[in-house]
Amino acid sequence: MQRIGVFVCWCGSNIAGTVDVHAVAEALKNESGVVFSTDYQYMCSQAGQDIIKNAIAEHKLTGIVVCSCSPRMHEATFRKTAAAAGLNPYMVEIANIREQCSWVHKDMLSGTEKAVILGRAAIAKVHLNAPLIPGQSPVAKRALVIGGGIAGIQTALDIADAGFPVDIVETKPTIGGKMAQLDKTFPTLDCAACILTPKMVDAAQNELIKIYSYSEVSQVSGYVGNFDVTIKRRARFVKEDLCTGCGLCTEKCPQKKVPNEFNLGMDTRRAIYIPFAQAVPKVATIDPDYCTMLKTGKCGICSKVCTAGAIDYTAKDEFITEKYGAIVVATGYNPISMEKFDEFAYSQSKDVITSLEFERLTNAAGPTAGKLLRPSDGEHPHKIVFVQCVGSRCDSCAEKGKEYCSKICCMYTAKHAMLTRDKYPDTEVYVFYIDVRTPGKAFDEFYRRAVEEYGVHYVKGMVGKVVPQGKKLMVQASDLIDGKQLHIDADLVVLAAAIEPDKSARPLATMLTASMDTNDFFTEAHPKLRPVESPTAGVFLSGACQGPKDIPETVSQASAAAAKVIGLLCKDHLTGNPCVASANEMLCSGCSQCANVCPYGAITYSEKEFRMPNRTTLMRRVASVNPAVCQGCGACTVACPSGAMDLNGFKNNQIMAEVDAICRN
Amino acid sequence: MSELNQEYKPLIVAFCCNWCSYAGADLAGSNRLAYPADVKIIRVPCSCRVNPMFILRAFQRGADGVILCGCHPGDCHYTTGNYYTRRRMSMLFSMLDYLGIERERTRVEWVSAAEGAKFASTMNDFAKKVASLGPNKRLEDLRCKP
Ligand SMILES: Cc1cc2nc3c(=O)[nH]c(=O)nc-3n(C[C@H](O)[C@H](O)[C@H](O)COP(=O)(O)OP(=O)(O)OC[C@H]3O[C@@H](n4cnc5c(N)ncnc54)[C@H](O)[C@@H]3O)c2cc1C
Ligand code: SF4
Ligand code: SF4
Ligand code: FES
Repeated sequence: MQRIGVFVCWCGSNIAGTVDVHAVAEALKNESGVVFSTDYQYMCSQAGQDIIKNAIAEHKLTGIVVCSCSPRMHEATFRKTAAAAGLNPYMVEIANIREQCSWVHKDMLSGTEKAVILGRAAIAKVHLNAPLIPGQSPVAKRALVIGGGIAGIQTALDIADAGFPVDIVETKPTIGGKMAQLDKTFPTLDCAACILTPKMVDAAQNELIKIYSYSEVSQVSGYVGNFDVTIKRRARFVKEDLCTGCGLCTEKCPQKKVPNEFNLGMDTRRAIYIPFAQAVPKVATIDPDYCTMLKTGKCGICSKVCTAGAIDYTAKDEFITEKYGAIVVATGYNPISMEKFDEFAYSQSKDVITSLEFERLTNAAGPTAGKLLRPSDGEHPHKIVFVQCVGSRCDSCAEKGKEYCSKICCMYTAKHAMLTRDKYPDTEVYVFYIDVRTPGKAFDEFYRRAVEEYGVHYVKGMVGKVVPQGKKLMVQASDLIDGKQLHIDADLVVLAAAIEPDKSARPLATMLTASMDTNDFFTEAHPKLRPVESPTAGVFLSGACQGPKDIPETVSQASAAAAKVIGLLCKDHLTGNPCVASANEMLCSGCSQCANVCPYGAITYSEKEFRMPNRTTLMRRVASVNPAVCQGCGACTVACPSGAMDLNGFKNNQIMAEVDAICRN
Repeated sequence: MSELNQEYKPLIVAFCCNWCSYAGADLAGSNRLAYPADVKIIRVPCSCRVNPMFILRAFQRGADGVILCGCHPGDCHYTTGNYYTRRRMSMLFSMLDYLGIERERTRVEWVSAAEGAKFASTMNDFAKKVASLGPNKRLEDLRCKP
């Protein structure tokens, strides 16, 4: 049986004005278990807290009820008071008789009556309270960043800046992501390489940053502060520590016909390659799908020309395991496939290209050395049609496109149109759009410059069809403002393809138990207040993997995620919230209902051995909650059909007791 | 109003999630927005913590109305809790209706931490509706009465 003390606060006249505090304290004396009850002007004051502390000592109280203002106000205060007197802080319950009683009821009689009932409910609850001790878990002071685009690079640099080691895992042979493929960047038109490559070099040279390129995450276990991650380092058949990046091998390799993915297949590379001149790490990689030595055992030229002796045809995939305190997902995006958009003749004509291909065509390091030339015949295009929203904002074409707005296309199309007119003033440029969306600093000004200064023809309307005719592309479109049909004989058509999360994001999310939306973008813990954290504790989000973003937004989110990671890694131990769920193994049937509703992936199952009354043993699957991951929402407790799941601090019997106390007349 | 009606005070149990609705109720208090003392609030971490058993228990013990308040859809502190609440409660309330607990005696309402006024008006409205129905006799279990 608990020994309960009740402390009724007047809050000056705030409570005492409408509630007869003395009568409340007297009435609550009669409740079972109450051994002490008093009232005082300001319970939260030092003198009030001393009354509580003294009573705990003098009356050997095992639980206390404070009838006062909202627990959102002073629960923490009174818990500290209890702790100072040697009572477990979770043996404190608050009856909210100010915000939810004296302030909203006008007459003394009903106010007092209700205050007594609220006090009774709190007493009934505290009878069932048990001392709770928050768990402590150590924090591994190392962060993992998955994806080495501008998002991942920025996050890693910021974390390293604060003095913590960071590893970047990147699937491609080099970091840099999509930004490395861009030419100039809106809204300032500075060249992407000029602002990105110094950051790539910084990352490579930073002693605290380790880059695992050509690698992927293959297994994740553990929880916030304590993740165990297995990283698969794919065999690149070149020893990273020996390769100097001289590139001799990439010139001598006889296998010349490999489509160059960095230029989106618009030119070719060798079987041994370095994606681009400023690649980080600047190390060659052998493509096993094309290397004749690896496929047939004949060739070996690269090994002969490499003076560093870096080539190793026998290399195997390697697995390394590392402990991390925090994980940042920065897996970015990809343009969607245009194969299904037959109306634009993407697969029929080489001169129908995507915007990312256009970036490569105008990039000085691209397949045409920066000259805007038609992929089909290498001629200069005189009439270019840009089509916005291809596959974006597509409620009717969900099977091939996306319902959402890809956000960046309006701006990069304005950029492409403007740069074209700037470099080739004789070129006629049309842009077809549904709406032009330009929220963002200096964005609308940028778009207006394209129209007003550069004379780009913006046409509101959709392109219905593109038909290749001889050397031309016949573009049939509607002009919604003038209400007429247009036929344009274009030389080049550029499609602003919708963007989607990387295909590897979904399996990665499963490994991390991080949630995703229906479009496979990672979801944030709270859309407004916790936009850079995933609901899974210790997993953070950076860049376009969370939703379409341009570079300024990507970088802000990347730094914000880094700040959150640093906040976590600064701690030596994490103190948990002890109000977490736990499963009663004797009742649990292992049905998995609870794990299905848990938004944090806190629940796992294991086979356990149980002794039966007849002395045999039985193996059963039972649930267990990881207290470091559980956030205490209680969803599982209601989903559980066996009544096995319960929530500390808000146990089933505690809430029932409150219901009973309130309904007892 | 007859004398009997004036004396009849309904018993209303309100479950409020800690993050939005309980804070909304506190705000109603800070702004001194009155509602009947018949409403007694029980704090839960999230609206999804409310087991249908708690509601059945309240009706068995003589509650005349039960209202459940949570964050607006999309705003749940735990992201998805209130979606479970919405589905669970629409099932439960139609079952209760079948048992004779009228629809007006049960309610789910989304009240944000900024909506003190909505909290008070919701409680006023709910209390009035429940009062007009009179005491709950269908589920009240006399064995539960002292
Ligand atoms: C045509 C075009 C033009 C653009 N122009 C501009 C512009 O002018 N200005 C501007 O601000 N923005 C522009 N953008 C947008 C810009 O590209 C993005 O904002 C930016 O690249 C997002 O960076 P990120 O790091 O989030 O993603 P990404 O650049 O996509 O990087 C993600 C990285 O993660 C790697 N990765 C993916 N999955 C995994 C995995 N499972 N494991 C390990 N690594 C993985 C990828 O290989 C990649 O390196 C343009 C976009 C397009 C398509
Ligand atoms: S209380 Fe919520 S967070 Fe904790 S295990 Fe249950 S469902 Fe998951
Ligand atoms: S829902 Fe209940 S019975 Fe089912 S696995 Fe979870 S704890 Fe066990
Ligand atoms: S926290 Fe308010 S409904 Fe979930």
